[in-house]
This record gives sequence, structure tokens and C-alpha cells, in this order.
Amino acid sequence: MKLTGRVWKFGDNIDTDIIIPAQYLANTDPKVLGSHCMEPLSPGFHEKVKPGDIIVAGYNFGCGSSREHAPIAISALGIPLIIAKTFARIFYRNAFNKGLALLEADIMDHIEEGDEIEIDLASGLIKCHKIEKQAKPIPPFMVELIDAGGLINYLKKQLEA
Amino acid sequence: MGMTVTEKILAAHADKKSVEPGEIIEARIDLALANDITAPLSLEEFEKVGAKGVFDPEKVVFVLDHFTPNKDILSAGNCKKIREFSKQYGITHCYEGGNCGIEHVLLPEEGLVVAGDLVIGADSHTCTYGALGAFSTGMGSTDVTYGMVTGHIWLKVPESIKFHCTGTWQKWATGKDLVLYIIGMIGVDGALYAAMEFDGEAISALSMDSRFAIANMAIEAGAKNGIFKVDDKTIAYMKERQKKPYTIYESDPDARYQHIHEINVSTIGLKVACPSLPSNVKDAVELKGIDIDQVVIGSCTNGRIEDFEMAAGILKGKKVASSTRTIIIPATPKIYKEALMRGYFEIFLDAGCIISPPTCGPCLGGHMGILAKGERAVATTNRNFIGRMGHPESEVYLAGPAVAAATAIKGSIAHPEEVL
Repeated sequence: MKLTGRVWKFGDNIDTDIIIPAQYLANTDPKVLGSHCMEPLSPGFHEKVKPGDIIVAGYNFGCGSSREHAPIAISALGIPLIIAKTFARIFYRNAFNKGLALLEADIMDHIEEGDEIEIDLASGLIKCHKIEKQAKPIPPFMVELIDAGGLINYLKKQLEA
Repeated sequence: MGMTVTEKILAAHADKKSVEPGEIIEARIDLALANDITAPLSLEEFEKVGAKGVFDPEKVVFVLDHFTPNKDILSAGNCKKIREFSKQYGITHCYEGGNCGIEHVLLPEEGLVVAGDLVIGADSHTCTYGALGAFSTGMGSTDVTYGMVTGHIWLKVPESIKFHCTGTWQKWATGKDLVLYIIGMIGVDGALYAAMEFDGEAISALSMDSRFAIANMAIEAGAKNGIFKVDDKTIAYMKERQKKPYTIYESDPDARYQHIHEINVSTIGLKVACPSLPSNVKDAVELKGIDIDQVVIGSCTNGRIEDFEMAAGILKGKKVASSTRTIIIPATPKIYKEALMRGYFEIFLDAGCIISPPTCGPCLGGHMGILAKGERAVATTNRNFIGRMGHPESEVYLAGPAVAAATAIKGSIAHPEEVL
């Protein structure tokens, strides 16, 4: 599957309190969560971002709480993919469970905000007019989960069997 | 090749003789936990799955501790949903109201977690139970739904990093100071995906309360879990409370570690993590003169009796600064009562503190102590990210109870020696 999108850059250690501040967590409506996504760092982010845009970040993206509201908020804005140098582990599980794709690659320092990039999700090859980078492969077990349609569909199939 | 304690617990729960770091296993769980913020999403997923029930109603726990006592209509609705779900599926361990406390203090206190257990929780600080020699880790709501339904979870076996701690503790220093020192040293992703294992004479010397505070903040270094060796103190703690038998696992002498850190605690004074990362750690004495609008003493990190004992010792006969709101949050009803019986409440009230019911409230900027634009807090909590306790332009300094109490009196960041 190939994706093309415009880049929004964020730094290192983007924590879940930035992705979705706790004051909004009593709500589980993706639209509401999306409208507050990245609010502390980038107020009005939800108005600037377009479906298909891609987040590029540094180290330890998604550190902090276990709130699944974080990947839900990002997905609600139509962002299909985050490329970061590394991800915090709970966010990593949550994103795949909620159908948000993640790739680990060091492209942060080689591109500008607003750049168009092209990604082959299957091979992990990332292309931009300036660079071509190979992302770390998605672990085989995660690929199995994605192929099953996420953890809940994987579980449904188990229960039906 | 020997195994670490983390590897042994994971192997036992996957019915395997041995496991290796990096290996993906399907492990049995002893408990699945969610709270009033994360359970609503778990229940939405539960509905989608169409499961007939949970794998074991005794092993699913809901603690409604974050936005409670209910802060608004949405929060009240979430708690109602969880309460009704619990009734429908026979889940007896659903805590709200007068039996409710902060989850990671409440569960060990209730004897629901013991050594050798494998616990998953939809809360990142689920790693706290490592203090008991259990494997426990935070996950999202969907993973917890999977665990609730099947009684299993997939896990990647983590690498282990050992922190061997020797030396004698400085006056006032607690587990919080050690864990802040370690996070300052290795960074907020210094133990990413790994198990942090703590041992040595300086760890043996620590109270259980201090060990819980250390395990609690393993996630702040990116770790999957934090874990301690079971000793006489652990066994005494469990024997008073346990509702089920425990199993002691110990790391083999030839177990493999990604790294072994040697730490001499004699050199560790009172530490403070400055805004806006738990790794931005300085000595409290370097931060004198920074004015503080609010002090919070509580949370799953430092809301235990030892923390209030230390704070009461410093606040006795003193007044908190008129410019510094000081909020005391005993983490559970038992700790609340114990603090009351020991006379700490009189000390806190005479000093001008506010005493809150058990809640996570202000730690995550939920309620019961939110910061305005430009305000600063010293908190015994675990995170100081941008906007964590309120407005994005407010700031949180993380410290142990001694610095928090001294700061409350002085109105600016202070070492206890400055106010006694």
C-alpha cells in the first residue's frame, strides 16, 4: 500500500498529554478528541491538518500515559501514519490496535514541514524529493495483527473459531 | 544461560521452560485492570467483540479513581457505565466511593496483586506492582479488552537492565529521589521497552512505600516494567494483605542484562525534576528561590503513609506560605484513616493545607487542583509534561514529600533543612 502525504513535524518526546490533554479524556468521541489533538503545542492543529497528512517526529513519540485516546485523536484527523525515530512502547501497541500505522525511521532531520513524502507501507521505503530512507521493518507479529484487521478483529476470529 | 526474574515470570505464564528477550509470547494474566478513563474504551471494544463475558470476574478490576468524585456529567456517565457493566458480568472488584483509592496504591493494599503475578492494566503506572516481585505493565484499553475476554495477552519479552544500588541513604532521601536520579541519568527513553531491575543493599534498606514509588516511575524511563527482589519486607507486606498465594522468582546469577548500572545512593541528595520532562533532574538546593503557587502531596507515586509521615514531620507547628495552596491527597481510604489516626490531619489543617479525598485528580490536570496560566507547582507526582497539571503555560516540578513540604512552608522551592 502506497501513501503520499504532506508532513507535519514534531520534536522528541511528544507525550500523550500533548497529543490529547487529560481534560478531554472523559469523552470517547473521536471527533471531539481530534479537535483537541496537539492543542498544547499547536493550537488549532485540527484546522490546519488535512486527511492524508503525515506526522514526522523524533525520539520516543507517544511517551506518557496509556490513553488510547491519543491514537484515536490522531486517526480522527485522517492522519494514516506517523514516522518517528522511536516510539514509546504503550503508544506503539495502541496505535496498531487502533489501525494507525507507525514506521521507525530517521527522516526528521532531512525534511521540512510541508514536504510531500511517499511511503510504501509494505516495504517501509520512504521517498521525498530530497531523500530516500528505509524504515525499520514492522515486526512480523504486528503485521499478522494488521492483516487480521487489528487486535479486536483478531480476537473476534478466535472467538468464532 | 540463566534467566532474569522478569523472564522467569513471563516463561511461567507462557508455560515455557525459558524465554529470551525479543521473543513474542502469549501469556496468561492474573489480573486485568482499567480505570474510569480507560475502561469506557475497553467496554466499547468489548461490545464490538461480542464476547459473552470476561474470562474470570474475580480477575478483572475497575478502579474509578481519575475523575472521581465525578468531576462532570461525562465522567459521571462513564462511571455509571462501568458500574452497570460490573453488575452485568459479576465483577466484584469495582471500586468507587468510600472503598476507592488510587488504583496502584489500592491493589497491593487490597492484596489483589502478589509476587509472581502477571498483571496488565490500562494505565501506564501499572508497573508499580513490580515492587512486590510481580510482572506488571501498562497497556491500552483494547489490549486490556483482549486480556479481559481471553485471560491471555501477547507480550514481547523485554531486555533487562539492572540497577545495583549500594551505600547508605542521606537524611530525607527516599525512593523518589533515587528514581528521579536514575531517570535523570538514563533519560525518558533510557529503558525503552526494557525491564528495570533493582537490587542491592540500598534497596533492601528501603521501605515498601519507597519501592512502590520507584517501580511506579519505571515508565518514566520508557520501561515495560520495574521489578524488585522479594525479601522479608515484601513477604511481611503481602502476608498482612494477600488474598491468594504468592510465588517468588529470583534472577539467576548468570542472567543476561543489557546493562548493569552501579549506583551509590550515598551521593544522592534530594532531587527535583524541572519542567517539562521527568529527566530534567536537578538537586533541590540548586533551585532555591523559584516561587511556587501550589504544592501537591499525593498520587500513585507518593500518596502513601510514609510520604505523609515525612510531610507531617516537616509541617508540624508550621504554616504553609499564604501564596502556596497545599493539597494533601491520601491515596486510599486506609491511608486516609491511618493519617487521621496518627494526628497528621491536625498538623496539615493547622498548617493551612487542603485535605482531598483519594483521587488522581490534579496529577493529570483532571480536577481538584488545576493550574492557571503562568502558575507553578511542586508535586510528588510522576509527570511534569507541558500542561500536565493545567494550562499549557503552567509548570510542574516533581519532588519527594520532604521537598514538597518544605516548599509549601517557604513558598519557593526549598530543602527541609531551610525550614526546620
